[in-house]
Amino acid sequence: MTGFGDAFAAAFGLIARMDADLVEIVGLSLRVTLSATLCACLLGFPLGAILAVGRFPGRGVLTVLVNALMGLPPVVVGLVVYLMLSRAGPFGALGLLYTPTAMIVAQTILVTPIIAALARQTVADLDAEYHETLRSMGAGAGARMRTLLWDGRFALMTAALAGMGRALAEVGAVMIVGGNIDHVTRVMTTAIALETSRGELTLALGLGIVLMVLSLALNALVMGARLSGARMSHA
Amino acid sequence: MRFPIFLALALTLSAPVRADDGFIVVQSTTSTRNSGLYDAILPQFTEETGIEVRVVAVGTGQALRNARNCDGDVLLVHARAAEEAFVADGYGLSRADLMYNDFVLVGPSDDPAQVAGTTGIAPALAAIADARAPFASRGDDSGTHKKERTLWTTARVDPSDASGTWYRETGSGMGATLNIASGMNAYTLTDRATWIAFSNRGDLRILSEGDPALFNQYGIIAINPDRCPDVKAAPARVFIDWLLSKAGQSAIAAYRRDDRQLFFPNAKGE
Amino acid sequence: MLRLVASNPSPGAVIRLEGVRLRRGGRDVLDGLDLAIPQQGITAIMGPNGAGKSLSLRVMAGLVRPDDGGVFHGLTDPQDIALVFQKPVLLRRTVRANLRHALAIYGVPRRERRKRLGELLDFGRLAAMADSPARALSGGEQQRVAMVRALAARPRLLLLDEPTASLDPQATDAIESLILDAAAFGTTVVLVTHDRGQATRLADHIRFLHKGTLTEAASADQFLLAPKSPEAQAYFAGKLLL
Repeated sequence: MTGFGDAFAAAFGLIARMDADLVEIVGLSLRVTLSATLCACLLGFPLGAILAVGRFPGRGVLTVLVNALMGLPPVVVGLVVYLMLSRAGPFGALGLLYTPTAMIVAQTILVTPIIAALARQTVADLDAEYHETLRSMGAGAGARMRTLLWDGRFALMTAALAGMGRALAEVGAVMIVGGNIDHVTRVMTTAIALETSRGELTLALGLGIVLMVLSLALNALVMGARLSGARMSHA
Repeated sequence: MRFPIFLALALTLSAPVRADDGFIVVQSTTSTRNSGLYDAILPQFTEETGIEVRVVAVGTGQALRNARNCDGDVLLVHARAAEEAFVADGYGLSRADLMYNDFVLVGPSDDPAQVAGTTGIAPALAAIADARAPFASRGDDSGTHKKERTLWTTARVDPSDASGTWYRETGSGMGATLNIASGMNAYTLTDRATWIAFSNRGDLRILSEGDPALFNQYGIIAINPDRCPDVKAAPARVFIDWLLSKAGQSAIAAYRRDDRQLFFPNAKGE
Repeated sequence: MLRLVASNPSPGAVIRLEGVRLRRGGRDVLDGLDLAIPQQGITAIMGPNGAGKSLSLRVMAGLVRPDDGGVFHGLTDPQDIALVFQKPVLLRRTVRANLRHALAIYGVPRRERRKRLGELLDFGRLAAMADSPARALSGGEQQRVAMVRALAARPRLLLLDEPTASLDPQATDAIESLILDAAAFGTTVVLVTHDRGQATRLADHIRFLHKGTLTEAASADQFLLAPKSPEAQAYFAGKLLL
């Protein structure tokens, strides 16, 4: 049976000698996940703000829908994106299947509801405090949303982190639309799945530890930025 | 310094996406990848021709379905009947034998069903069914799964009735199924290449092998450009011709793990 | 019948509420309120808790829609009316960024903002704390920022809801001088206050509310010396209980 000590040793070995394959896989993981998180923020923050501040028919239904989509299984997202991007599908001509772009698309779809739902809550809480003031200043809906998003920026970082964590950890979507092609679409999670299927459990666990370290580092970075920024602006 | 994380994200996004056209996509069974065959032979092909080969290894059943959606240029699987149907339906140009190896029945070394004493795969399976000893089936419509179903038929056992009791369908790839078999000390059928390359054997060992019925033929098919206009037919042809040529066949024969040959080339002609 | 934002209040008034009715929690918190605010000077709205003072201010500001009655004024631009609350809500930014944000909301062209910003910081004597986070300031300083932010719109009508209720005497002094400055520039000021001393120092006119209706409208001199309505007399005698 595989010992955790061996796995830590494997992880340490991979990191210590800056294993070229590992560096490539980690780099692609970061690129895909950070790009997807950025896209999801660009979509999810305004969507959350609209749901929090906007007054339009269907808002309640949309809010429930976004909240429900937080639990979307990655495999389902992967399957839907696969059917869209397949050469037999509507966007097949773009030739995006089995590319990092396809993985970014899938993870963006996966993560946007999480970021939108958390942003909606953040903006709604802040709006309860700001509503009368901004209205009395004559701010329109657009200006109000921009103001609330900016003043909620540190809380929104947490929303972005939650989304990023999900993207970094998921394997189902990127496996289907990326294909786990060596040197092209192999990321941390699909590499772990592959090593597990090869019975290389120590190496798989070692890669898992590297992924954990990576996730810890990213979280520490963002939380550090949040704390120092929040202290500076007294938010 | 406002919102530095966004800056970092923007920089990451702007990194160029690799999108050259000098590559083909192979929809493949998993054993050829998990055993390390592609890692051994593809660099040689790419060096000779400049064509990069991207392998999507998903199991024969899904590879066939993906190929029907035109999501590949070459199909490399091991389920002869399904391959011939694929060509007959117009999705493939033609099918060629590429190489073979064989399946083996593995199980726990204490062998509760006394399989080791039987001769031939059919009596071995019948013994497992009689003993109601745990058997892990792929259950995923893969090449190995199709073969396993055929073997049960020759053993005159219908294990579907026992599904969930001693007959356990994992619905997973060969590696995952071997991990499960290893974990629950179950019998399972695996191709020899994956078995040799598999590291987490635990208490499992080979208990039945050598029956001609365990023969495992791999085939290769070019996807039909009439059916799939985006197919990269020319480089796909180059790849298939190379694999069937003396150079490709010798490369396959030369691949060894633990000092054992994993695949035996048997392309006709040339 | 509800009539809103019609033109022309009566002569001499900048804004007028007529028969305004507002139901909250099953009772009329504004009960057919008639209230005219004179164009000139500072008007103090007084009255016991629950009389509807703050609500009438919000109705004037357009934040609350009455269930019945009319609101008449000739202030077509939403920025003609500004409102300052008892507890200021400043954005989570520096003082400078708060004022810059306000100028942007008020539609001040980008190239003018820097100049206006300097004027506003000077006017509120805020230059020394311009780059401090607004929410780190003391209560009095925060209220000064809120006052300056409201005046940045150059409103014709400035509504103040007990702006000094939670401030110490020194901070109250600073706010009151800003109110007098604004009035001197010709801005009509409406001030809700419980503080008779403040009304004496600032107000030209008094409007006394009780149970959602107007019970007395008078000049400050006359009212503060000798209120006529029994409700106001009782209030100042500390007797009126709701």
